[in-house]
Amino acid sequence: MEKPTYTLEFEKPLRDLGRQLDSLHQLSIENNVDVSREIAAIEQKIAATKKTIYSELSAWQRVQIARHPKRPYTLDFVERIFKDFQELHGDRLYSDDRSMVGGTAMLDGQAVMVIGQQKGRDTKENILRNFGMPHPEGYRKAMRLMRMGEKFGLPIITFVDTPGAFPGIGAEERHVAEAIAVNLREMAVLKVPIITVILGEGGSGGALGIAVADRVLIFENAYYSVISPEGCAAILWKDRASAPRAAEALKLGSASLQKFGIVDEIVDEPFGGNHTDYDKAAAALKYAITRHLNDLRGLSVEELTNGRYDRFRKLGVFEQQAVAKVGAE
Amino acid sequence: MSLFSKPKYSTVTVKKKDIPQGLWKKCPVSGEIIYIKELEENQNVVPKSGYHFPISAPERLRFLCDPGSFQEFDRELAAIDALEFVDSAPYAKRLEKYKRESGLNDAVVCGTGRIHAIQVSLAVMDFRFAGGSMGSVVGEKITRAIERAIEQKIPCIVVSASGGARMQEGILSLMQMAKTSAALARLAEAKLPFFSILTNPTTGGVTASFAVLGDVIIAEPGALIGFAGPRVIKETTQQALPEGFQSAEFLLKHGLVDMIVPRTEMRDRLRDLLQALFVKKAG
Repeated sequence: MEKPTYTLEFEKPLRDLGRQLDSLHQLSIENNVDVSREIAAIEQKIAATKKTIYSELSAWQRVQIARHPKRPYTLDFVERIFKDFQELHGDRLYSDDRSMVGGTAMLDGQAVMVIGQQKGRDTKENILRNFGMPHPEGYRKAMRLMRMGEKFGLPIITFVDTPGAFPGIGAEERHVAEAIAVNLREMAVLKVPIITVILGEGGSGGALGIAVADRVLIFENAYYSVISPEGCAAILWKDRASAPRAAEALKLGSASLQKFGIVDEIVDEPFGGNHTDYDKAAAALKYAITRHLNDLRGLSVEELTNGRYDRFRKLGVFEQQAVAKVGAE
Repeated sequence: MSLFSKPKYSTVTVKKKDIPQGLWKKCPVSGEIIYIKELEENQNVVPKSGYHFPISAPERLRFLCDPGSFQEFDRELAAIDALEFVDSAPYAKRLEKYKRESGLNDAVVCGTGRIHAIQVSLAVMDFRFAGGSMGSVVGEKITRAIERAIEQKIPCIVVSASGGARMQEGILSLMQMAKTSAALARLAEAKLPFFSILTNPTTGGVTASFAVLGDVIIAEPGALIGFAGPRVIKETTQQALPEGFQSAEFLLKHGLVDMIVPRTEMRDRLRDLLQALFVKKAG
């Protein structure tokens, strides 16, 4: 088995224990002494520490897991959950946005349209994928493929994993806001089932632009937020270092999202996060997607679109005061 | 800050203390001093420079609707601090302050009214209330305004003035983008026209939802309109922004906005568009 690497700040105790374990192994080999008892003790300590750390994750720690450089991305799930993925490129208007991938695929013998944001694993790929931040072309490609899915009766499955839509000059000149808004409007009335999964980062409008679905699922450690914790901290606390506080305040974690009715199901991650076991994470997700898809397949087009409308229509919290006057003398 | 510095050689120097408070206003474009009464008679547009001062939602409605025709709905809807959000001040406290200062319950005023005798459903945002930000109340009220248009088979007009989604309501604010846009899908299916009027500023989540979904998109001159803020773009890309970037004029040139209409002409232009897309078609 590959040795686990602990790269996150809060995983430091585990990193230290891991080093101790390594040096003990080294010692036993070099000096030919029996340290099996010490090794067992440290291994036990590692297990206990792991349990403490991962069972009480703060909002900010979860954000870090959601952004873990080894976290499985859209294509990692696509290859494990589906067969015969045929990637389809381009928005037919301007270019092919590599931060948004999509195409047909088979899910247990049934054709589906799969669309998702894609991050890069290394610097070179991240430049190609623009760190998972789509331009308008990405959203327009996504809509083109969703319409194709509707035309041929394929359910649509979208994977969200983006810090947000790319804030750039070209993106504004080609109206990224319009590209997102059109998706919000059109997804609301598409006549095929739509399932969205928040895999890692659900960054604001850039995430929502492919997330108007009949069912929205989220991985345990993923987040979904109106603004990044850093962006929120910069505006409200005038300091990006307050991101952990902002993450807490924004209630962007999966449990809060379920409480507010934003997501329908939380998909459990392997202990320590999805990056510890891709196959296990994919199996859990496949099970959830299949179950929801089976429910949705039984609905008529009218039930489907009305249900989707009502799902979003009821989101929001406000009071309807009997007395209208506020601040009246 | 002025973009073009010019030597100042005016012969008349107006000292600040010479200007009686509340009677005069200075145009930020031309520096001209204008009598407030004159400004108000011109819908808060500086006659010579054409600068549009920001106006409140009630003022806007007065300028747009036939006198006495506006009937407000959903005024009683008020925000709840569902996240118990506290930054430098608790959100609940901020809400009290916005309410006191604006006399409104939230950042949009909705209802029905007539424009040159044509009945329409209206939603007008008010930047004074939390920067016109969209939380649950704004989303709900705009959605209801759209649904009201569908019920009454009348056109819908939304005037935007917003910094975007309201952070203090977190993800619930984001969902308002989906909610309002879904309602517009139904308005479109009913073949009723939607006019979106963009005023200074219209940015963020409001831009990325209903504001850019108009059958006709109209902007006020000089309005800042965009998705990401100019500062964020500058920081991310490390590039100098083109001149006039994200202005109404820039967006007309780049094909997002149908027309730029000065505030004083808005009512008449809306009548012409309503005639073409609604009245004539129906009659």
